[in-house]
Amino acid sequence: MNPYVPVLISFAAAVLLIGVFLFFCHAFGPKAPSPIKSDPFECGNPPSGPAHDRFAVRFYIVAMLFLLFDIEVVFLYPWAILFRELGGLGIMEMGFFLTLLVGGLAYVWWRGALEWE
Amino acid sequence: MPYTDRVDYVAAMNCNVGYAMTVEKLLGLEVPERAEFLRVVVGELNRISSHLVAVGAMPMDLGAATPFMHALRERETINDLFEMLCGARLTYNYVRIGGVSFDLPPGFTEKTAAFLDHFESMMRSEFDPLISQNLIYRRRLAGVAPISAATAIAYGLSGPNLRASGLDWDLRQDEPYSIYPKLEFDVVVGTGEVGVLGDCFDRYAVRVGEMLQSVRIVRQCLERMPDGPVMAKVPRTIKPPTGEAFVRTEAPRGELGYFLVADGSDRAYRCKIRTGSFASMSILEALSPGWMIADLVAIIAAFDVVAPEIDR
Amino acid sequence: MDLISILIVVAKVAFVLIVVLHFGALMTWAERKQAALIQDRIGPNRINILGVKALGLIQIMADGLKMIMKEDFIPAGAHRLYHTLAPAIAMFPALVALAVVPFGPSFDVAGRHIELQVANLDVGILFVLAVSSLGVYGIALAGWASNNKYSLLGTVRATAQMISYEIPMGLAIIGIVMTYGTLEMNKIVELQGEYFRLGGLPILPKWGIFYQPLGFVLLFTALIAETKRTPFDLPEGESELVAGFNVEYSGMKWGMFFLGEFASIVVVSALVATLYFGGWQIPYVNLMALPALPRVLLGVATFFGKVIVLCWLQLLVRWTLPRFRYDQLMHLGWKRLMPLAIANLPLTAAWIWMLGGMKS
Repeated sequence: MNPYVPVLISFAAAVLLIGVFLFFCHAFGPKAPSPIKSDPFECGNPPSGPAHDRFAVRFYIVAMLFLLFDIEVVFLYPWAILFRELGGLGIMEMGFFLTLLVGGLAYVWWRGALEWE
Repeated sequence: MPYTDRVDYVAAMNCNVGYAMTVEKLLGLEVPERAEFLRVVVGELNRISSHLVAVGAMPMDLGAATPFMHALRERETINDLFEMLCGARLTYNYVRIGGVSFDLPPGFTEKTAAFLDHFESMMRSEFDPLISQNLIYRRRLAGVAPISAATAIAYGLSGPNLRASGLDWDLRQDEPYSIYPKLEFDVVVGTGEVGVLGDCFDRYAVRVGEMLQSVRIVRQCLERMPDGPVMAKVPRTIKPPTGEAFVRTEAPRGELGYFLVADGSDRAYRCKIRTGSFASMSILEALSPGWMIADLVAIIAAFDVVAPEIDR
Repeated sequence: MDLISILIVVAKVAFVLIVVLHFGALMTWAERKQAALIQDRIGPNRINILGVKALGLIQIMADGLKMIMKEDFIPAGAHRLYHTLAPAIAMFPALVALAVVPFGPSFDVAGRHIELQVANLDVGILFVLAVSSLGVYGIALAGWASNNKYSLLGTVRATAQMISYEIPMGLAIIGIVMTYGTLEMNKIVELQGEYFRLGGLPILPKWGIFYQPLGFVLLFTALIAETKRTPFDLPEGESELVAGFNVEYSGMKWGMFFLGEFASIVVVSALVATLYFGGWQIPYVNLMALPALPRVLLGVATFFGKVIVLCWLQLLVRWTLPRFRYDQLMHLGWKRLMPLAIANLPLTAAWIWMLGGMKS
């Protein structure tokens, strides 16, 4: 049997279960909407300004760095599995790759991208 | 008199004492020595319970719920002691003009002594390792919103918030009242041990230190407590002579000053209360810009303000 | 592929789901009781059915019922579809991530070889990583769809935190992959049944923790950060953001976030138990030599015993530490965990080379 069939079955079961949960909360709860209840919650004050406001650009930098480094991490996995077979040459090559990785980290560190004021 | 309980409901005894002293000053009334001792005992016990709320709520505002529960457990014992003494647990109305309302009930001294022993070892063996020496906690507070001694004076800070800035100013020693001159205790000042002098951690550490000093004071009082009446001879209706008086005492949240104007009737013509929290809050606007929202939580918690003291 | 093998798979899926959900629900009780124990309180003890209190366990049922009976509420400005989808996506990874984790030794019955694992993928670890990072989408959608400032702030914080800690997490696991040379969870557990020998005597089992103590600390920290619990609960920090991304949620939808969070504690524990603590292996006991029934019972019990201990460890952390500040969180993730995780790789390589596990 294809090993992904159980995974699919598992996905289907999870989706079913979540559907049941969503149905429950839709079906059994009371419905009493009111204009005040529908307001965005701001600790009881009348809401001010749009909710989708600008936020700090640092989060964007974090997202960029994540993409870069996470992809590099993924590159490491095949090497890690074959690590024993590849032997000394593999270590050297990965050492080079890791040096680049560390160099990148050192660079963003030096440029202050990791600072959070 | 019972209204002064509400000035600072977390430390009502101290508020009672201040008001009683002001009226006694107007009357020129001498309070029996045993009553003075009792006032100091309840005042310092109340200081401990008030600081317990402060140092417990502070970690809770920073996300650690456990120390608060431990602090409240100790506070509960103090409330039990006060209940033995006067029947109330929050608004005591124990201190009266001319003395205190009840003498010590049997067993109070022993229970208090036992509590003090337990409390001291609890602070050292449980509370400090749990939170005061916690690395995250220290880093969250170190260097946050430091107040220099000059700024603190300019904004009229007092009490622990002032002493955290490194200033040795405690009315109990610098302008002694009641029986404090007879007692031995140290004034705890901020040292900037983890960050900058006068930062949030100093304000926290000063309170922790003061609690242990209060333990010393209460111990001495219980040892030296003289015999005698607990109430001076006071007429049923108190009519202070026309005049005015100002008395300030060292309450847990800073100097507590009562300015009282009497017009010869049985009611005060005017009563103005100067509280520590009000001054502490006034500095917030100048202090907070540039710090994170998460720090603002720490700053407010470190001031240990209580709402009725800000808005009376 | 016949009907029976499909039935077996369905049974295993059902078992895993039931275990995750029940563990998740039990965790809510365990958390309260543990918190009460730490804080010198009693914890839930009032709810009862006909006087049976069962140590407050009935509280779980009451909570579930309560959440179902609450109003399913969508605020006016919210995006209705995304608002509903978000808790579903947030809960999904916790339910399926355990599909590749073996929870007991395999056995033969009626001529069939049955592995106590839903799917024996050859990329097991990658599957866990891939599925668990799906959770970010649920959180991101929740904040975006709610039309609320606190939600958005909480979401942005949560997203940045989760992706930041995903890198040390991935790097730390590479150490394990290097050590055992496979991504298959099954093989990893099997290999952990062997021993470090000194003069022929088995000294220590070849558990991941003994190969990778640093990796374990890194992974456990990163995983706790992924579950967004104290000291990493900035996305929800109630004193700053009220409740972060789930401010505008009520009833069972909120409950799904909640259940997802508790279920992910279980997933974290199961993952760590499998990678670092030998899965269902008992040290110095060769389970495979036992007959099928005791082997399975002992193996499953051992595995869940380890999971429970690790869950409990997380509860202790939760109730002891205060919350980080955001700059400290990023500092820890990028400037501490990440260099350490990278340094762990050459260390692991050197260690394996020293043990002579390399082909030249």
